[in-house]
Amino acid sequence: MPGFTPDTAQTLGGHDWLVARRVAAAERLAAVTWPSTSEEIWRYSRIDDLDLERYQPRPADQRSLAVPVLDPGLVAKGVVVGDLADLDDPDTVDWFGTCSDASPDAFTLLHDAFVAGGAYVRVPPGVVVDEPLFFEHRVGGDGLASFPHTLLVVGEGAEVSVVDRFAAHGAPHLCDIVIELLVGDGARVRYVSVQEHGPETWQVGLQRAHVGRDASLHSSAVALGGDYARMRTESFLEGQGGESDLLAVYFGDSDQVLDFRTLQDHVAPHTRSDLLFKGAVEDQARSVYSGLVHLRESAQHARASQTNRNLVLTEGASAESIPNLEIEANDVHCSHASAVGPIDDDQRYYLETRGIAPDEAERLIVLGFFDDVLNRLPVPALAGALRRTIEHKVSRLRG
Amino acid sequence: MTTRLVIEGLHASVSGVEVLRGVDLEVASGEVHALMGPNGSGKSTLSHVVMGRDDYEVTAGSVTLDGTELLGLPTWRRAELGLFIAMQYPVAVPGVPVGVLLGAAVAGRGGDPGGVDAAVQREAARLEVPAEFLTRGVNDEFSGGEQKRMETLQLAVLEPRIALLDELDSGLDVDALRDLAQRVVALTRDSQLGVLAITHYARLLSELRPDRVHVLMSGRIVTSGGPELAQQLEQTGYEGLAAEFGVEELTVRPPEPADPFADPGF
Repeated sequence: MPGFTPDTAQTLGGHDWLVARRVAAAERLAAVTWPSTSEEIWRYSRIDDLDLERYQPRPADQRSLAVPVLDPGLVAKGVVVGDLADLDDPDTVDWFGTCSDASPDAFTLLHDAFVAGGAYVRVPPGVVVDEPLFFEHRVGGDGLASFPHTLLVVGEGAEVSVVDRFAAHGAPHLCDIVIELLVGDGARVRYVSVQEHGPETWQVGLQRAHVGRDASLHSSAVALGGDYARMRTESFLEGQGGESDLLAVYFGDSDQVLDFRTLQDHVAPHTRSDLLFKGAVEDQARSVYSGLVHLRESAQHARASQTNRNLVLTEGASAESIPNLEIEANDVHCSHASAVGPIDDDQRYYLETRGIAPDEAERLIVLGFFDDVLNRLPVPALAGALRRTIEHKVSRLRG
Repeated sequence: MTTRLVIEGLHASVSGVEVLRGVDLEVASGEVHALMGPNGSGKSTLSHVVMGRDDYEVTAGSVTLDGTELLGLPTWRRAELGLFIAMQYPVAVPGVPVGVLLGAAVAGRGGDPGGVDAAVQREAARLEVPAEFLTRGVNDEFSGGEQKRMETLQLAVLEPRIALLDELDSGLDVDALRDLAQRVVALTRDSQLGVLAITHYARLLSELRPDRVHVLMSGRIVTSGGPELAQQLEQTGYEGLAAEFGVEELTVRPPEPADPFADPGF
């Protein structure tokens, strides 16, 4: 049985650069101290339950990425989409790992040691891609660990929308994701990740964006599946005037744990970031939101907001919400808000006075709660399907 | 068919304090009744007890609609049977626009929600509700006046048999007050709506022209009469009236609890 060893890292295929990176990471992995809940960043997580011995790396011959077909006009303009396993363009190979190397942890290292492919998009400067690009990461498999990766390199003034869907099924399965969003100066990127794992999937992931001068990132995360599903979402505003909007919708049921760690890291002046994470938990599910807004000394005139709201729909469910600010600049605007609570009795009563039965009232209130985030999804077609999924989760509980 | 809301010997407590101390009142289709009284006399409590809010404990009496006992029924069933309340402080429900709310309300009654949008549009035009208030969550960041227009719009679309209007006049300017009162009057005429209008002030009543005026003090109706009673109140005030009827306390002590519908400020 191949384990998480340098030998396995060697045999997973791909071009030389990828193999070399993997082997180097696998060698470093042996010296890594595995995290535990005693570290603040892993507090409230289920990291202590993880038993890596239960998994082995997914074999390289199982390709699982559905890559969108690109319009020939865009190909002519130099837009490239594909699987990272096929990537051998030295200009862009250099970008691989830029974001994860800037925010490493044990799981990005594990990812680096065994990543065999992933989604790759490159948009040259000035090129506008109108239609969203959909990537389907059908990772999974009993007793396997998969390492989905997305690398998005968007040139100066370019525009693109990308949707990743991750669905890993298998008993048990470990899914270790890295998403790298490189948003060039003046570029506009809309990114959506949808996580609909099976109930026995463990996910640990990093999504990190580096946002250039006057560039904008609009990112939405939808998290619905998994046994334990953790995602770190980071935006690094390194160019003056850059901005990021980070949104998330999550809904946990049965005994799921959904775990979010966010970082809005303002380096450059006149940068703006907004964050709105909204979630619901029912049954015995738990959610964790822990986020930091970091306004560095160099980030004068920056504006940042951070909002996390949680609906706790049953007594056995719970949500943690921990917003944090670290402000080193003296001329900035910053706000944060966080809320955890059950469905509001007054709202339910109001709807009941109109003749709406309590179950239906709660369904309307929960859908309404998510409405502002769903309406801001950059790909409106996703909102309808998501509303139905959320309705199903609510009515399953109430029915 | 005439519908009759009959309140008999109603006693209710909140946090162990009796706030309704034997209320008798009857409202029939097409009639307009005004319920007046000083702050803390139990007016809002009466409307929520009739509607079935579970913060109050009913200790005696009955409330029937066409002979059906309402006490013990959940709020939504009372609404289905034809009761409606326009709240003093309507509750914001983010992400639930009024059309969605009314569609669910109509579907819940076994009606066809297909006609709701057109009815909402029609009433919005009649009540001068701007389009943006139809797309936003109901009452979400609405001003007091906008909320009262939206309550009246819901009243007109749902066409209940009996409506409790809890200070429909608060937060309204004179023109808005007239518009909303005229809509209510038209409903009493065209749909035989029965109205119990709660108010401090005679101003609303000059528009609504009630058939009967009742004065509530310390959880009891101390007197009832025709429209002239409201005019008398304007002159004597509640204290003068209390002296006339030998009422020592105007309000229940302690007064009504902090309003659960007040904007929590977030």
